[in-house]
Amino acid sequence: MTTMEHTLGASIARLESRAKVTGTARYAAEYVTDDALYAWPVPAGIARGEITAVHTEAAMTDPAVVVVLTHQNAPRLHPVEDRTLTLLQSSHIAHRGQYIALAVATSLEAARSAAGAVLVQYKADHHDVVLAEDHPGLYMPEEIDGLWPGTREHGDFDTVYATAEIRTDAVYTTPPMHNHPMEPHAATALWDGDALTVYDSNQGSVTVQHTLAQLFGIDAGQVRVVSEHVGGGFGSKGTARPHVVLAAMAARVVGRPVKLAVPRNHMPAVVGHRAPTIQRIRIGAGRDGCIQALAHEVVTCTSMVGRFVEAAALPSRVMYIAPNSRTAHRVTRLDIPAPSWMRAPGECPGMFALESAIDELAYVCGIDPVELRIRNDPQVEPDSGLPFSSRHLTECLREGARRFGWHERDPSPGTRYEGRLLIGSGVAASMYPVVILPSRAEVRADPDGHYWVRVNATDIGTGARTVLAQIAADALTAPLGYVHISIGSTDLPEAPLAGGSSGTASWGWAVHNACVRLRGLIEHSGGSVPAGGLSVSADTTEDVKSGQEYARCAFGAQFAEVQVDTDTAEVRLRRLTGVFAAGRILNARTARSQFIGGMTMGLSMALMEGSTMDPEFGDYAERDFASYHVAVCADVPAIEAHWIDEEDPHLNPMHSKGIGEIGIVGTAAAVANAVHHATGVRVRTLPIRPDTLLPHFA
Amino acid sequence: MGRTAVTLEINAQSCAFDLDNRTTLLDALREHLGLTGTKKGCDHGQCGACTVLVDGMRMNSCLLLAVALDGAQIITVEGLSSDAALHPVQQAFIDHDAFQCGYCTPGQICSAIGAITEAASGWPSAVTPQERPLGPVPLTAPEIRERMSGNLCRCGAYVNIVNAVTEAAEAVGEAAR
Ligand code: FES
Ligand code: FES
Repeated sequence: MTTMEHTLGASIARLESRAKVTGTARYAAEYVTDDALYAWPVPAGIARGEITAVHTEAAMTDPAVVVVLTHQNAPRLHPVEDRTLTLLQSSHIAHRGQYIALAVATSLEAARSAAGAVLVQYKADHHDVVLAEDHPGLYMPEEIDGLWPGTREHGDFDTVYATAEIRTDAVYTTPPMHNHPMEPHAATALWDGDALTVYDSNQGSVTVQHTLAQLFGIDAGQVRVVSEHVGGGFGSKGTARPHVVLAAMAARVVGRPVKLAVPRNHMPAVVGHRAPTIQRIRIGAGRDGCIQALAHEVVTCTSMVGRFVEAAALPSRVMYIAPNSRTAHRVTRLDIPAPSWMRAPGECPGMFALESAIDELAYVCGIDPVELRIRNDPQVEPDSGLPFSSRHLTECLREGARRFGWHERDPSPGTRYEGRLLIGSGVAASMYPVVILPSRAEVRADPDGHYWVRVNATDIGTGARTVLAQIAADALTAPLGYVHISIGSTDLPEAPLAGGSSGTASWGWAVHNACVRLRGLIEHSGGSVPAGGLSVSADTTEDVKSGQEYARCAFGAQFAEVQVDTDTAEVRLRRLTGVFAAGRILNARTARSQFIGGMTMGLSMALMEGSTMDPEFGDYAERDFASYHVAVCADVPAIEAHWIDEEDPHLNPMHSKGIGEIGIVGTAAAVANAVHHATGVRVRTLPIRPDTLLPHFA
Repeated sequence: MGRTAVTLEINAQSCAFDLDNRTTLLDALREHLGLTGTKKGCDHGQCGACTVLVDGMRMNSCLLLAVALDGAQIITVEGLSSDAALHPVQQAFIDHDAFQCGYCTPGQICSAIGAITEAASGWPSAVTPQERPLGPVPLTAPEIRERMSGNLCRCGAYVNIVNAVTEAAEAVGEAAR
């Protein structure tokens, strides 16, 4: 070992950066298999009902078409928990866009054309696809995701709210949103006897492996899932999705490798999306802005085939002092595509509502919104009563205010003109909980000083390889260049998904433990590695149980400045500053990119994103990038992300909190609050497009 | 389906194909040549992930039928660098961490090269002042943002992309002088 450089925290370029800028990094649909066939799925054309007939004759006339799979000829699958995955098993249709057939051909062109030529006849039932506050199907789930109670009550909200000096009561709505990672979901599947290999685009290959094994009735050991590079996921690749099942099914039928990439305009129906929410927030406070009563009541929807619930009231259990509180969810099942995780599910839409409501309270009380948040910053987590392992929201607010120049701000809304533009600024807090899952990892030392780290982590763009190599180098006190890291395959020690901002903490802990033990072994053998090398494996199943006596969350504050054109009502972001307290930052470069990336998606949510359910056809009307707008380069001016040094010993050996999601939490509220400051108009419905604001300028 | 013989010069190599007439340039590259560096994000001309240089100009390869390009010179991300040295735009993308998942990156890089050329040739963009001296358009941040807006990045690397293109444009300009 030559140097003892401190690699943890350093600004290290991504290890795969050269592969990514030269085009050699391979994604799931890019594994060359000479005799591969191409599959193109057929989506259902009704929202609910039965298939009465499928005619594939026309599709089969092209000799390039090998097979068209339907529920009549597809291999039988074993049941799994996620019912969106038992594809082509029955004639029943649970939502429009559900895959009901699959054309397989020797070329993409032939497969696509064949899919278009499949003629399906239906018996359509009446469908119910639109969420409403008074939907008759609304029920109160006892538990959400098996993790959180659907409803929580503390004290006596109704009485205290009724008698509070200051009362606010408003409803905030968020539309359906779509993850749309740039790499569409894709898989290449090949069978060798009963052994299945898939190259798949996902956020965690272990669940995909187990799900496929279950579906096809084989041992997990016979399924190999490779996910070397993944072109983003944002939650939509968190578990197996239909494409990988169909690819594996088709490959089994044709006895050849099959590639399937989901067409972009199918994605809103088959890969999950953020469910719409209607959130009512009532706050009772004193004139000093101190919250005495808080109710956050969420109405949302899920599908007939899934159970996912957008837990948008959760932030109100964490954020502010609220001795009398109610946080509740009501859900209804609709004939819609299955909603699922999208970057910071729950927190992201929930904090839009809560942080808008807090701004409204500050305005009513005549108190600066930064100051009001600080006054309501709790000592312990309001819902659980647990102490925070660390909580530096106040510091983030103060530091953000300083960097942004907040205190020069004139608080009166709708007064700052620059020509025909109105200018305003807004603030909101960010929050994301700490999640750490058990993981395994292995590390081997060679006598020549090289180390080989193996862990089935997934890099969906976070920089996982790089930060894990840094963690290893640090624990081994080895130079980074001597650490080689393998991730992204079920051949490697089992590890959890890249989701819930849990990846680095979970994988890193196992890597750290293995490396520390390996260093001990090397020291024990006199500081040198024997000829055969040394290896150590670690499993953190027990370790991750620690720290439960604390409430553990990352916090942040975001400050936005907007301009609003008084003629067109177009809102443009001018600048956005975020300050985060997320434990120790392990790679300054990739961390900054993650924060900025989340904030960029947050501004996209604030001003552009949202799709509309077509009540007639039961489908999302905006299914491609021409209609579902996401922020482009011209929409993104100066975005800055900073962090404060936070030491928290109750997390993991790296002292880190997850950072993949917090950046998107609060951004939309900061922008909406800035729009209010600019124009005096309070927008409670996202996105804030010209049609929302224009009537106010008449 | 009809097929046509076509010869394209791809990354300075002549490639003869017999292609299904429906084959896009993007699919010809990815599925017939194994040049998977060029990405398919939407297949509809809406994301820019498939951007390549056709006769020196940036184009969305998913919108081009390969058989219509007989004799064209195509440069893809694989053709930008030699083993020894990266193209200045590629290097700048690494130095500024101008990507996360990397899926939009080859398209961003080819698009940036196209944009730098266009600006150097005096092509205006929507944000170029109408009254200006003839000649190259300086690539300010607003110019870069405008010119790079055909390339979506869902990871939200735009801030870093603008910094990378700013630096690369200078490097390319230096080299041209
Ligand atoms: S793949 Fe060509 S523009 Fe999206
Ligand atoms: S780097 Fe992931 S989409 Fe741009």
